[in-house]
Amino acid sequence: MIEGIIVQTLVRGSVYALLALGFALIFGVARVLQLSHTAFYMLAAYGIFYFADTQFLGLNPVLSIVLSIVITTGIGLAVYKLFIDRVREHHVTVMLITLAVAMAFSEIMLIIFSGQYRSAPAFLPGYWEILGVKVAFQNILIFLGAGIVLVIVWLLLEKTRLGIAIRATAQDTEIANLMGINVSTILFTVMGIAAALAAIAGVLVAPTLILSPSMLWPPFVMVMAIITLGGLGSVKGSVIGAFILALVEVLVVYLLPTGAFLKGAFALLVMVIVLIFRPEGLFGIVFEEERL
Amino acid sequence: MLSRLFRDFQGDIVAIPGRLIALIFFVLLFLFPAFTQQPYILRMLIFTNMFVIFAVSWDFISGYTGQMNFGHALFFGVAAYVTAMLNRGAPLGPHWPIWATIPIGALAAVVAGVIMCLPALRLRGPYLALVTLAFPLILTGIIFANTQFTGGELGISGIDRISDSRVADYYISVVVMLVSVFIMWKLTDAQSGLVRTGIIMHAIREDEIAARASGINTIRYKLFAFAVGGFFAGVAGGMYAHFLRIAGPSTLDLTLSFQAIIWTVFGGIVSIYGAVVGVYILYPLTESLRVISEYRMLIFAVIVILILLFMPEGIAVWIRDKIERQCPRCKLTNVSWRHTCRACSADLY
Repeated sequence: MIEGIIVQTLVRGSVYALLALGFALIFGVARVLQLSHTAFYMLAAYGIFYFADTQFLGLNPVLSIVLSIVITTGIGLAVYKLFIDRVREHHVTVMLITLAVAMAFSEIMLIIFSGQYRSAPAFLPGYWEILGVKVAFQNILIFLGAGIVLVIVWLLLEKTRLGIAIRATAQDTEIANLMGINVSTILFTVMGIAAALAAIAGVLVAPTLILSPSMLWPPFVMVMAIITLGGLGSVKGSVIGAFILALVEVLVVYLLPTGAFLKGAFALLVMVIVLIFRPEGLFGIVFEEERL
Repeated sequence: MLSRLFRDFQGDIVAIPGRLIALIFFVLLFLFPAFTQQPYILRMLIFTNMFVIFAVSWDFISGYTGQMNFGHALFFGVAAYVTAMLNRGAPLGPHWPIWATIPIGALAAVVAGVIMCLPALRLRGPYLALVTLAFPLILTGIIFANTQFTGGELGISGIDRISDSRVADYYISVVVMLVSVFIMWKLTDAQSGLVRTGIIMHAIREDEIAARASGINTIRYKLFAFAVGGFFAGVAGGMYAHFLRIAGPSTLDLTLSFQAIIWTVFGGIVSIYGAVVGVYILYPLTESLRVISEYRMLIFAVIVILILLFMPEGIAVWIRDKIERQCPRCKLTNVSWRHTCRACSADLY
């Protein structure tokens, strides 16, 4: 059982980490909550289904992965340019617009693919037996893929000029602007990175999930909990928070008889308790003007 | 006496287009069953009235004090479930009549509001939004896990009607709606000489630190806002349960919380009438779009996006600014097509 818990935690945690990381990057740089984030995850999962399933196009897996990620990123950038960029200063308006965008995408998918449950073909069927637990190759792929992407993002943020510019913008937009960083380009780039991260998460998990247009809401709630727990805008916090809440979720499912219903409730309860004792989250930074 | 009343009526209501429109709207609301008694339309308007209370109470908490509440459905759902459990009675205690269940349900929502307020006192901005988002979801999980009390997915059914006829239901909903909206409007009136809460809530939204520095116990007023807003949202929830005769998990839904926000922002946030206008436009619109149900939510989402992009202040405020103009000298409200102020005849341009 413990082996099962560990494997599930690592798999789920890495998916949540990918989603939360993009969300945290956007919040860190633009200081807005981009609530349509998990809609891109859903779009990419449907993209894989559409491109790779023999019922539709039936392309080969690698091509369909690349296509879904590229198209989803394009949609993400279009959403940013058309909707978010204009009202960026009004935080509540951004929340509502992105929420409406998420609803719109969910409805469009419902109209195109209808509400019936679908599943995407697995890239690598079969499983390994590690310590007596059957681990599907797809799960290993999720873990490795997410790990590689997280390392790439970390290298990008720490080692490149672009990464330094992103971190500078996150720390102080005005000063970054004065230092010659083109803030709107940085915001655009970060939005692209975030949409791509959500798309990668969607592509990786698509074969293990049942696809439905409402599949964006469960991870939506989890991502909210994770980034709040980790500290809004904190990259390290979002990754660590993802694994903590994934562990909570898996433990509840394994240990409680009605766990499937309570997994979200427990994850959110952990978030509320942490926030009561540490209002800025585990790794959050409190800005002087944002302090109460 | 009568002539003074008439003069006040002419000067303070007829001369200001916004108030005149509101008056015509109230009169039409009371006369409505004389035009049509189609059950479907009445049913839609009863729901509209309940959601008006719900949206206005969101505006009361979040619009006025600026505490972004993303889980407003918590109050609605708690009140609906408590009302339904008390009224059904059977496994837990006696059967309670309707005039007792709705107030008790609303008081349960007040308790929920105060509990939700505890983290709200320490958090702000996005953190608060996310914590309030969590509460109804936690409760939904508990409801699904304890099906023997709550009925799980099916909810609690078989509770009393509000009254025996649709028209009576309609009038009850109209009166409750008008009374609740009037109380909340008075409590948030910043120019009121009677209550100070309006101006204090504005102050907390604009700058909480400055409000505290001026000797206002901001914690007490935030608690007050959550309690009053929770109470009225609870009244709406209890009536909803009794009208639909079922209380299900959909009353705690994420979409219900967001709809309160969307209705209010659509109409105009931080203005009680904005929420009323928002619900009265959007709810009947989305209901009548049920005919093309596939595209209903899509159209809803698109309307919201367009309004937010082009009228970020909200539609009611946008219209008000088009038809009313404040005199620069005496601050009296004038019809915008006048050239000079009606009291002091200063130029309005």
